[in-house]
Amino acid sequence: MSILIDKNTRVMTQGMTGKVGQFHTANCKAYANGAECFVAGVTPKKGGQSLDGIPIYNSVAEAKAETGATVSVIYVPPAYAAAAIDEAVAADIDLVICITEGIPVHDMLRVRYKMQGKRTLLIGPNCPGLITPDEIKIGIMPGHIHRKGRIGVVSRSGTLTYEAVGQLTALGLGQSSCVGIGGDPINGLKHLDVMKLFNDDPDTDAVVMVGEIGGSDEEECARWIKGNMKKPVVGFIAGVTAPPGKRMGHAGAIISGGQGGAEEKLAVMEECGIHITRNPAEMGRVMQDVLKA
Amino acid sequence: MKIHEYQGKEILRQFGVPTPRGMACFSVDEAMAAAQQLGGDVWVVKAQIHAGGRGKGGGVKVAHSLDEVRNTAEQVLGMHLVTHQTGKDGQEVHRLLIEEGVQISKEFYLGMVIDRSNQRVALLASGEGGMEIEHVAASNPEKIHTVCIDPVAGLSDEVAVQTAHDIGIPDESIAATVTLLQNLYRTFVEKDAMLAEINPLVLTADGDVIALDAKFNFDSNALFRHPEIVAYRDLDEEDPAEIEASKFDLSYISLDGDIGCLVNGAGLAMATMDIIKLYGGNPANFLDVGGGASAEKVTEAFKLMLRNPNLKAILVNIFGGIMKCDVIAEGVVAAAREVKLAVPLIVRLEGTNVELGKKIMADSGLPIISGKDMADAAQKVVAATRGA
Repeated sequence: MSILIDKNTRVMTQGMTGKVGQFHTANCKAYANGAECFVAGVTPKKGGQSLDGIPIYNSVAEAKAETGATVSVIYVPPAYAAAAIDEAVAADIDLVICITEGIPVHDMLRVRYKMQGKRTLLIGPNCPGLITPDEIKIGIMPGHIHRKGRIGVVSRSGTLTYEAVGQLTALGLGQSSCVGIGGDPINGLKHLDVMKLFNDDPDTDAVVMVGEIGGSDEEECARWIKGNMKKPVVGFIAGVTAPPGKRMGHAGAIISGGQGGAEEKLAVMEECGIHITRNPAEMGRVMQDVLKA
Repeated sequence: MKIHEYQGKEILRQFGVPTPRGMACFSVDEAMAAAQQLGGDVWVVKAQIHAGGRGKGGGVKVAHSLDEVRNTAEQVLGMHLVTHQTGKDGQEVHRLLIEEGVQISKEFYLGMVIDRSNQRVALLASGEGGMEIEHVAASNPEKIHTVCIDPVAGLSDEVAVQTAHDIGIPDESIAATVTLLQNLYRTFVEKDAMLAEINPLVLTADGDVIALDAKFNFDSNALFRHPEIVAYRDLDEEDPAEIEASKFDLSYISLDGDIGCLVNGAGLAMATMDIIKLYGGNPANFLDVGGGASAEKVTEAFKLMLRNPNLKAILVNIFGGIMKCDVIAEGVVAAAREVKLAVPLIVRLEGTNVELGKKIMADSGLPIISGKDMADAAQKVVAATRGA
C-alpha cells in the first residue's frame, strides 16, 4: 500500500499540450507503471488530438467520463491555473496535484473557498508532486533517486525533498510515498493531512517531515503527532539562518502570534516528540538511528 | 512588492478611503511649492522610504511655518533614515510627502493580511493606534480585534459595524468607518495586496475618519495584471544586487557573511545556509537559481556573488531533477573561466546525470573542490574560508 496514489491510479494532465506538461507527462509515463496510469490530457479546443499516445480532451469532465481518470495533475500557466483547479473540483476529481508556480494568492483564496464541501483533495500549488516508488510518479521529481520501502516523506520544498529522499535511499531506506505539499501560503493538503494518511497506512513505518520558516503548519502537525501518531517522525526545518528581512508592516507578525520562525518550530516539534535535526545532511542518518532504537 | 506611503494613499483615494491632502516632492523647492499650494498653517513633512518606524527615526516632522517646512525638508531629504526595519545603515531619503496637518482626537490601527491558517483575508483592528502596535500585540493581544473575511460575502455591514464598535469609534463616526473598512477590503482584493496597514487611522476633531498612513505590500505573482502597481516600483529602495538578479530570474538576497551560495530551490538554499552556519561559517547570500538554469544564468549568478568584496569562497549545491548535473557543471566551468575565479570553489552535485557532471568538472583543469555530500561540501567551504 501507499498513500493517495498507487499503480492502479489513473491520471489526466491539465495543460498537457504545453511544453512543461508534455515534458513531464512523458517522464511520468516512462516511470514504473506510468504507461498504464497516464490515460488522458486536457487542453481546451484541442480535444480529439493525441500526444505521445495519450488522447487529449477538451474538458476535465470529458476526460474523466471517457477514461475513468480520478486524479489530475496541472501544469497550466499561473494566470489560468486557478481556473484549471476550479474545473477539476467541479468535475469531482478525487485528487488534484497542481505543480504550477506563481499563482496569485487571491486566486488561491477563491479556489480554496470553492473547494469547501467538495470531495476533491488538492496538493500544491507550487509543489514537485508525489510519488509512490516503483509504482507511479506524478510530478517533476527525479524518479531514479527513489526506492520502494516503508518510510513516508512529506515536505514543503522541492529540491530539499529530493535531498531527504536521496539520503534515505543511500542508507537503504526505501520510501512508501513522498509528498511535496508546496511552499505557497494558501495551498491544499498540509503536513497534518499527509501525516494522518501516513499514520493510517500499514505499509509506512516512519515519516520524515521537512518544513520551512513561515506559517504554523508544522507546529499544528507537531501537536497532533504528540497525541495521535503511532510511528516515529524525523523533522527538519529550513531557514534557521534566514534573516527576518526588512519587513514593511507588522500585520504578518501579529497574525502568526510569534510562530513561524525556524527555532520556534523546532522547539515545538521537539517538545512533541519528533526526532529533530538541525543538520539537513543528517535527515537520513537520524531516521536510521530512530529505526534501530 | 512594496510601494511608498504617498502611492498607497493615491490608491486609497481611488477607492474612496479619505486621506489628508498632500503632495509628493523630490526637492526642497517642490516641498515649499507644495506647502504653499496646500495652504493652512500646519504641515507634516514625511520621509518616503519602504520601511516602518519612520516617525521614531526622525523622518516625520510637523512644521508650523513655511520656514520650518524648508528647514525640515532640507534636513530630511538625503538623510540616511534608520528605523527598526531598515537595518543599521538606514535608507537614504529621496522623496518627501508634504501633507496638511490634521487635528487628531484619537488614533487607531487597521491591518489587512492573508491569514494562512484560516485561508482567508484577515482584518486586524485596534483602538491602540500609533507606533507601538507590535508591543500591543505582545502585551495586550485582547486589544487587537481580528476578523476573517468571507471571500464571497465580503466585509459585511454587520461585521464592519461590530469592528468599529469594538475599537471604540464613537457612534456618530461608525457609518464613515464602515464605509472606510469596506473600501479598504475592496482595495485589498482588487489590487491583489498581501498586506495593507493604516497606522494610524485617525478620528479628527470634526468626527471624520482619515487614513494618516498607508502601507501596502502586493503579491508579486499578481503583478502581471497590475501594470499600475508595477509603475510605482522605486529601484532606489532595492538592493542593486537584487535588482540585477531579478533581471536574470534569479532569487538573490545579500547577507553579511563571506561564503557565496549557489543552490537550486529555495528550501535547499535555506538548508545550505543553515548547514554552513552549523559548521561555523557565514553565508554571504541566499541564491536560488530556480528550476531551469542555463550556463548563462549560472555565469550571472557567479558575477552577482563576486560583487561582494567580502567573498572568500563559493559553495555550489545542486540537487538535479529537471536540471541536469552535466548542464550545471558546464555552466560552473564556463562561469569560473569567464570571471577568472580567484576564490576557492566547492561544488556538490547530486541527482540526474551526476557522474557526467563530476567528470566535466574534473576534466576542466580548474581547481574545483568536489564535495561528496552536503555535509562534506559545507565543511570544505568553511575550511576554505579559514585557510584563506
